[in-house]
Amino acid sequence: MSNEIKKTHEPLFHVAKRDSLSPLKGLLIRVIAIVVAILLCSILTFFLIGTKNPFSLISTLVDGSFGSELRIWRFAKDLAVMLCISLAVTPAFRMKFWNIGAEGQVLIGTLASISCAFYIGDAVPNGVLLVIMFFASVVAGAVWGLIPAVFKALWNTNETLFTLMMNYVATYLVAFALIKWTPDGSSTLGIVEHGHLPEIFHPYLLLIVIVGALTLGIYIYLYHSKQGYEISVVGESQKTACYIGINVKKVVIRTMVVSGAICGVMGFLYASALDHTITTATVGGLGFTAIMVSWLAKFNPFIMIATSALIVFLNQGSSQMSTAFNISSAFPNVIVGIILFFIIGCEFFINYRIKFRKSKGDAEK
Amino acid sequence: MNKEIALMMQGITKYFGSVAANKNVDLTVYKGEILAILGENGCGKTTLMNMIAGIYYPDEGKIFVDGEEANIRSPKDAFVYRIGMIHQHFKLVDVFSASENIVLGVDDGKKYSIKDVNNRVLEISERYGFHIDPKKKIHEMSVSEKQTVEIIKVLYRGADILILDEPTAVLTPQETARLFDILRRMRDDGKSILIITHKLHEVLSLSDRVAILRKGEHVATVNTAETNESELTEMMVGKKVQLNIQRSMPQNPRVRLSVSDMNAVNEEGVKVLDSISFDAYSGEILGIAGIAGSGQRELLEAIAGLQHLESGKILYQNPKNGEEVNLRDKTPLQIRDLGVRLSFVPEDRLGMGLVGNMNITDNMMLRSYRRGHSMFVDRARPKKLAEDIIHSLAVVTPGLNTPVRRLSGGNVQKVLVGREISTSPTVLMAAYPVRGLDINSSYTIYNLLNKQKENGTAVIFVGEDLDVLLELCDRIMVICAGKITGVVEGRRTTKEELGVLMTRANAAPYENRPAYPLTDDVPQCVESVAEPPVKDFPDAMNRVLMRIKKRGEPQ
Repeated sequence: MSNEIKKTHEPLFHVAKRDSLSPLKGLLIRVIAIVVAILLCSILTFFLIGTKNPFSLISTLVDGSFGSELRIWRFAKDLAVMLCISLAVTPAFRMKFWNIGAEGQVLIGTLASISCAFYIGDAVPNGVLLVIMFFASVVAGAVWGLIPAVFKALWNTNETLFTLMMNYVATYLVAFALIKWTPDGSSTLGIVEHGHLPEIFHPYLLLIVIVGALTLGIYIYLYHSKQGYEISVVGESQKTACYIGINVKKVVIRTMVVSGAICGVMGFLYASALDHTITTATVGGLGFTAIMVSWLAKFNPFIMIATSALIVFLNQGSSQMSTAFNISSAFPNVIVGIILFFIIGCEFFINYRIKFRKSKGDAEK
Repeated sequence: MNKEIALMMQGITKYFGSVAANKNVDLTVYKGEILAILGENGCGKTTLMNMIAGIYYPDEGKIFVDGEEANIRSPKDAFVYRIGMIHQHFKLVDVFSASENIVLGVDDGKKYSIKDVNNRVLEISERYGFHIDPKKKIHEMSVSEKQTVEIIKVLYRGADILILDEPTAVLTPQETARLFDILRRMRDDGKSILIITHKLHEVLSLSDRVAILRKGEHVATVNTAETNESELTEMMVGKKVQLNIQRSMPQNPRVRLSVSDMNAVNEEGVKVLDSISFDAYSGEILGIAGIAGSGQRELLEAIAGLQHLESGKILYQNPKNGEEVNLRDKTPLQIRDLGVRLSFVPEDRLGMGLVGNMNITDNMMLRSYRRGHSMFVDRARPKKLAEDIIHSLAVVTPGLNTPVRRLSGGNVQKVLVGREISTSPTVLMAAYPVRGLDINSSYTIYNLLNKQKENGTAVIFVGEDLDVLLELCDRIMVICAGKITGVVEGRRTTKEELGVLMTRANAAPYENRPAYPLTDDVPQCVESVAEPPVKDFPDAMNRVLMRIKKRGEPQ
């Protein structure tokens, strides 16, 4: 019977978890990944699109974000939006509460602001209206975060599914409001005239300043406040949290309210500083991209500035590619996909190391 | 004995890191016998069985099945050799029926038909006397039914060698009797049965032979008919080893914690604490001895406010004002708000006592971060405390910012114990505080516990090494299956007595009061804590204890 068992060899390589890795080495691995990805994409572009030289991909990408003053401002604006939503999902993620409902939380925040501007915009002065819009958005976002959190805390429902479903509820509420507000049946709401944030120096500057302040605020909240400390403890070990007397349910609910409220702030900014209108696609999937941005930054708000910049850079670059090479947007998407694949894939080499089988000679030593 | 050999192990050795779980074990199993594997906690019983079942692979040594050398690399290989193991924790799919679970993973090349499976399951049941409905879903089953499914699962795959890891731990006495009948029938059918157990009376009533393991080594295998309880206990616990742990007489012992009629059940509805009543006195170390999983964890967690009790009282006598409060079903926070300075060193250091991914400073903060009204945390004090503990307890760490999970076991424990005593507790509970620690670290911990005792703290020490319990504790309470089976004086008892108490089913009459003189009168308003003598104590440690005492007054 023992014949049935084949003699097994030591496999060619082992994958072992890394004990620790110096931050510098980690950075090096990431930089190598990006460089390799861009080189690969350059070669791919060179052969498939037939660009003049292999480096035109890189120059096009850079051109997309920094090619003109307008593009730089647009880059900064998109960076601020990306960063704001990423910051919003971070408190929940640090608690290991997988909130994928930022999309809906931002959208419902926008809806709340636009509703205020739509209904009472004529009746109150702009300053008062902005304050009302702000609070309405924050409350709406917070409620959208609160509902799944309460269900999670009390009945241990799956937060990922729940927050995902809440996105649809928000989307369809917006669709409903649009039908109601547009008697002509076009379902397209024009620019709402009221509730615009004042322009200081540049239309996007105030937005960027607000998000900058928010980044600092969230950093302090997460790393230096008692509540932020509780979030980390609950995220690392619920048993430890119980042991030292943290009320886990309370922390879960409170943190999701904070997450939702920050999404609400972004919703307010969409309504007051950016779009001044709403469609079902206002957030445009950024609520999901934010999850990746937050993860890549290891939930650190300052590193998140860099990861947001990277994602925005790739997005801008890819649309620039479509124009520059006169191709459909599918190819730039492939390029972005390859680069992201390398960036996320290199996390494997940061967390694990590959040990190759020692050759016979080595083993004898 | 001229029986046929079913399985033979030769020179089996297994290391986990640098710790030998099994050292050079030889074991022979015959066909048609029940062999009991007996030993204390952590003596390597389960590791040894796991190597037969293909879960671990031995570092050295050979296993022979039916006289042929066997290379068992996985549970799947084990089944090829007709070996099956029934684990302590069942591995069943809740929403599947009994038959579906049994056939899961079986690849016999035949067409799958649940009807055939049902019939075979019934056939096996009839043969050995199981009672089972093959169509019943696992989540509708009692613990004993689930165990039956696990056993049939192994038999269905044609196992001739069955390994049962503490099968009776989850069963009622009636269910145990029924299981034993079945096991006897299997033996008579020619199967070899290996059963891991701590309960001596079960060993004596069921097994044909007993193999005793101690500290990873095979001590002896004896015929059950030719041995008795005390001989087995002696082989199991071994000779007394002198450790020379210092132990002073308790000074002014007063009742600090009075537990009465504590009962609790676990998630599966099994009783884990059964009418527990005891007193813990100030200035003494009360040891708790028992086989692992006898209710030690639940007992401590109940006092710490983490385990729900069905009934009972936990009365705490506050030495500051003489007030008495009931701690039952209070949260840890409420307990602290009542002014109870209770410290708890849990068994699971990194999973419960500390946060593995946080650095030492942040771990120091776990107890104290709420201090003050500011919404921000103050890291200056915890940092100072962390530095003090690192220096005085000689914690080896690359720096204050290293996550504690990267420290060695001994250093992790020093960090945890250091934090817990820094609040100058009036009750200090420690579960297996020296598990996995080297000799030096262990003595550091003993000294710290002794120091607390001399300061008038009521120390509750859950231990597994009987030699340590005997030399460190003033009194030792023995629990078995959630019940107190005896409370003995640490200075007078013997290892054998503890061994017997740990493995017996019912309690012997015992005295709940210590033999040494007690101070019975009502505590004075402020208990005067005499400064303990400082001799025999490393200087550095003294310094930190003084500093800790000064700083650690309650908020």
